[in-house]
Amino acid sequence: MLVLLVVGFTSGKIIEHLHYEDLAKRERRLRRVPALTTSRIPADWRVEDAMLLTGTVVISLDYWKRFAAGFRQFFGGNVRSYETLFERSRREAMLRLKEAAAAKGCDALVGVRLESAELANMGSNGKGTAGVELMAVGTALRTKR
Amino acid sequence: MILTNTEEVPGKQIREFYGVVSGSTVRAKHFGKDFLAGLKNIVGGELTGYTELLNEARKEAMSRMVEEARGLGANAVVNVRFATSSVAQGAAEIFAYGTAVRVD
Repeated sequence: MLVLLVVGFTSGKIIEHLHYEDLAKRERRLRRVPALTTSRIPADWRVEDAMLLTGTVVISLDYWKRFAAGFRQFFGGNVRSYETLFERSRREAMLRLKEAAAAKGCDALVGVRLESAELANMGSNGKGTAGVELMAVGTALRTKR
Repeated sequence: MILTNTEEVPGKQIREFYGVVSGSTVRAKHFGKDFLAGLKNIVGGELTGYTELLNEARKEAMSRMVEEARGLGANAVVNVRFATSSVAQGAAEIFAYGTAVRVD
């Protein structure tokens, strides 16, 4: 148990750190593809093509975080370990959506929605797997501006 | 077939509505992938196997929806929505639905 906690803590920290760095780098690169949650577009954009695209990610907590969150749930308050998990996943899903759009030659996304689904639930006995799926879905547009 | 999740197809006019079309699929997870995911639950990080599984399932649901729309004579589906529900431990239903329309 202690071993699992230590392994979870160190590897979780490393993976999280690397992920944050990677996210920042890719976000800078994709800044030219704006994502709007509205569906209205500026009147002077001529749309040549529109398509539905998604970006998804399923992410799991590490052993340490799950333990820490369980502790938190006893005393109440912000569950930081879950907050960072959701933030990372959401940014990752959004980036994958933008990357899919860029790969298709699209330069804007409208009607973007972020949805989450809890897919695999861990049983109270610790058996099974736990993870959340985050999905970014939107309509990618190829425009002439 | 044009798919969008907005109310219209940007840059095109809707001429005719054909109503709701939908497609769904129920997928169970693979034993080996689940074992790997179980290990990932210790170290944390992305469950790549699950991401792929869900993407495939979503593609399947969408293609069934598109087929239904094509049967109605539509050339686009607007306002596409996805829903996921966990049927049992280890199986999930992926559901896609939208409004079939004709645009030009």
